[in-house]
Amino acid sequence: MKKKLVVIGAGMASGRMLEQLLATDPDAFDVILFNGEPRGNYNRLMLSPVLSGEKTYEEIVTHDDDWYAANGVDCRFGEPVVKIDRETRIVHSNKSSAPYDALVIATGSAPFIIPVPGKDLPGVVAYRDLEDTQAMMDTAGKDAVVIGGGLLGLEAAAGMAARGAKVTVIHLMGHLMERQLDPAAGYLLQKDLEKRGIKVHCKGATKAILGNDRAEAVLLEDGTVYPADLVCMAVGIRPETRLANDAHLEVERGIVVDDAMRTSDPHVFALGECVEHRKQLFGLVAPLYDQAKVLARTLLGEVAEFVPVQTATKLKVTGCDLFSAGDFAEGEGREDIVFRDPGRGIYKRLVLRDDRIIGTVMYGETGDGSWFYGLMKDGTDISEMRETLIFGPAFQGGSKLDPMAAVAALPPEAEICGCNGVCKGTIVNAVQGGAHTLDAVRACTKASGSCGTCTGLVQQVMALTLGGAVADAPAGMCKCTDHTHEDVRRLIKAMGLKSIPAIQQELGWKSVGGCHSCRPALNYYLLAEWPLEYSDDRQSRFVNERNHANIQKDGTYSVVPRMWGGVTTPAELRAIADAADKYNVPMVKVTGGQRIDLLGVRKEDLPLMWADLNEAGLVSGHAYSKGLRTVKTCVGSEFCRFGTQDSTGLGIRLEKLLWGSWTPHKVKLGVSGCPRNCAEATCKDVGVVCVDSGYNISVAGAAGMEVKETEHLASTPSEDEAVEIIAAFVQLYREQAKYLDRPYKWVAKVGLDWVKAQVVEDVPNRRALVERFEISQSVYRRDPWAEHSTPSETPKWAPLANLTLEAAE
Amino acid sequence: MTIFVDIAALDDIPRQGARVVKTGQGCVAVFRTADDRVFALEDRCPHKGGPLSEGIVHGDRVTCPLHNWVFDMNSGEAQGADTGMVRTYPIRVEHGRVLISAALVARSNAA
Ligand SMILES: Cc1cc2nc3c(=O)[nH]c(=O)nc-3n(C[C@H](O)[C@H](O)[C@H](O)COP(=O)(O)OP(=O)(O)OC[C@H]3O[C@@H](n4cnc5c(N)ncnc54)[C@H](O)[C@@H]3O)c2cc1C
Ligand code: SF4
Ligand code: FES
Repeated sequence: MKKKLVVIGAGMASGRMLEQLLATDPDAFDVILFNGEPRGNYNRLMLSPVLSGEKTYEEIVTHDDDWYAANGVDCRFGEPVVKIDRETRIVHSNKSSAPYDALVIATGSAPFIIPVPGKDLPGVVAYRDLEDTQAMMDTAGKDAVVIGGGLLGLEAAAGMAARGAKVTVIHLMGHLMERQLDPAAGYLLQKDLEKRGIKVHCKGATKAILGNDRAEAVLLEDGTVYPADLVCMAVGIRPETRLANDAHLEVERGIVVDDAMRTSDPHVFALGECVEHRKQLFGLVAPLYDQAKVLARTLLGEVAEFVPVQTATKLKVTGCDLFSAGDFAEGEGREDIVFRDPGRGIYKRLVLRDDRIIGTVMYGETGDGSWFYGLMKDGTDISEMRETLIFGPAFQGGSKLDPMAAVAALPPEAEICGCNGVCKGTIVNAVQGGAHTLDAVRACTKASGSCGTCTGLVQQVMALTLGGAVADAPAGMCKCTDHTHEDVRRLIKAMGLKSIPAIQQELGWKSVGGCHSCRPALNYYLLAEWPLEYSDDRQSRFVNERNHANIQKDGTYSVVPRMWGGVTTPAELRAIADAADKYNVPMVKVTGGQRIDLLGVRKEDLPLMWADLNEAGLVSGHAYSKGLRTVKTCVGSEFCRFGTQDSTGLGIRLEKLLWGSWTPHKVKLGVSGCPRNCAEATCKDVGVVCVDSGYNISVAGAAGMEVKETEHLASTPSEDEAVEIIAAFVQLYREQAKYLDRPYKWVAKVGLDWVKAQVVEDVPNRRALVERFEISQSVYRRDPWAEHSTPSETPKWAPLANLTLEAAE
Repeated sequence: MTIFVDIAALDDIPRQGARVVKTGQGCVAVFRTADDRVFALEDRCPHKGGPLSEGIVHGDRVTCPLHNWVFDMNSGEAQGADTGMVRTYPIRVEHGRVLISAALVARSNAA
């Protein structure tokens, strides 16, 4: 016959214990489950999100009727147990009774109610269960007072404020959450709460709750009175030990249990907040879950031992990022490392003793919390990294901030989900075993299934593990992010993001270091947005731009010197011919854009050849860049009998203005001296056709994969104005277009009329665009060849080592 | 047991970049990741021979510069829908120096 197991209390600890037990051996026991609340097990931690309206009660149920039925659990909900008879081994509720072979007491805690007059009035609640939560949900538009500025009190306050209540928090101590935070972090927290309309009164002692039929106000010792339609007392909890006391089990502050979770009676076990283990009480779920595992094994006759570990605390108030672990009181032989960024409301503090972290408090930015926590738990000697320690794992070893570096740097045993004690390795294994969605990972590891604050971290571990192989179709700019190009551009500006790692960090990139499609785009967006501050990231450029030459199919390169407006001189031609000879260039070809292409150059010869060409006054033609390529011209009025204006001169002027500017895609111009259009200006990104009355500017043509005639943008009699309009158009394109959209694609998206309004009709706007363009050009109108053909740079283009030579000696 | 030879300082390779080493078995691309790990791969993409040393390095992957095939540098395997494999060679970093498998040093012209 099966043994009978009776459980008192359907809370978080016993729920987990039953899961473990029934999963391991469903046939070991007949289970009877009593609960004081008229319902089964739900995720108590999630009452705060229910209170604030972010979740519904249904979403936080962990074991529903089906689960109990499927597992054959005899549920007696809403039946508080009133007596345990250890002689006869029978427990009694006021409705029924049940005999047991093994009994588990899991009655949790009772909230502490301060004994002030008025404490029993209707409208005074604790914060413990769904009933309390519902009372607090009904405070919209009313006055509420929370007594107690600890974790629970603040979650209650923030939740009610989110529901539209006017909330005051009264706290006895000098700063909020004094058990988890030091005064500085407490201050930041208070500021954040006040920003959302919550009033905080520290050093406030409650004298009485005033009211006739129900609570109306709270009176403090100093005479202050706060009106209150609802008073929530969240000043602490004490283990619920009454049943155990009455049954004469050994009880100190909690029900005393040994390492196997057995009480002083070998048939009676206990776990959860109601127990005391080696003089210690427990108020967070992480250790309770460990107890649950141990007790499940004990009940099955196995040997298991509960070893409590230090726990870290997080506050579940959306928008308040807080992490605290260990000991951070002042003391002998302790040192602090503190980092503050008042502007962003960030505070981090590490307490060290003997080169080891013994405590950490972080506010505002807590991403590195688990890394510090890991160092603290392992007692790692940090003397080597002391100088950069506070900046977190991303900065260790001198390498720069990389998104997810913090997560990547965590060892497999690092704890990711504190509530459930799930370490990184477990998540990685689950993902590799096929769990590719958050739900799947939750289902098989429980990670992020309790309080949920680690969800982001779990997702990062998943992304790291899945790498480029994430199956879901990307909606964003690439598989590394869900943000679109437009969003990213907007956020770079709005959030003042100034580096690729900063973007990836702040916008939650899902990969380590991005990929070949997002990095070049981000690099471009940054240099377009912050030309003076951002320094180009070479490694985020495609090979052609990184090497300032076009790569060919066989890995050789081509070199195209710039010929302004297509005009050259005999001296330049000689220099080009000499270079072609000297470096054995297999082909010399005239391009469609009126330049000379030297094809088939070896990479290591590039800087040498550039040095020679530079000496003759030639600079890079940027034939490889997402930038200005060429301005094609005809001979115009200088020589041609039809020419109306100096089209060659205008072409040269435009090229000298625009060269070196990086753009979302390549940009080509053409200037023709009359409508005969010998420069083919009407299929360029920007084309000018000169006429008797001046200049016809048209844009958004194409002659590549798509062939498209330009559209008329403006006509002007003045060359200066023509130049200004073109520069403004290019700058608008630089600021607005998605990376890799040619101007014709971008104009199709935004509409030519809008472009006209910006660069033709609105003259001050046009001038502002030109000004921004000039600012950028003050940095970028530069010859990249010159930078790379210096004696110190040249060797970097050659092989790193030649092991074939070594062998030949 | 692999014997290693010293080829260069780690700092000679740019972070998230690569340099080429000429060996008796052809060109080998030596990559350095953002977090200073190194990988040695044959410098030839199995697709159309692109020089992987010129690819964009992201995490421990590299994208071929010619047609964007992506390779896992740990295994040399092509990622995603593409199939193919690049040879990898033993390599490591010690005291800031890059050491590569001595097997890559060609013996003097075979007798
Ligand atoms: C609002 C709130 C937010 C919290 N947030 C966090 C958090 O973010 N992180 C964290 O780690 N912890 C948090 N906690 C604490 C955490 O919920 C508790 O540590 C955990 O629930 C304790 O589990 P337990 O099983 O011991 O007790 P409980 O989950 O409280 O379950 C005890 C159950 O026993 C029942 N019971 C009591 N007496 C009897 C009886 N005589 N007969 C029958 N049934 C009885 C009760 O009705 C109750 O349902 C939070 C708690 C609350 C209230
Ligand atoms: S476009 Fe007109 S001006 Fe220019 S070369 Fe041709 S015919 Fe002459
Ligand atoms: S040659 Fe490498 S992808 Fe085509």
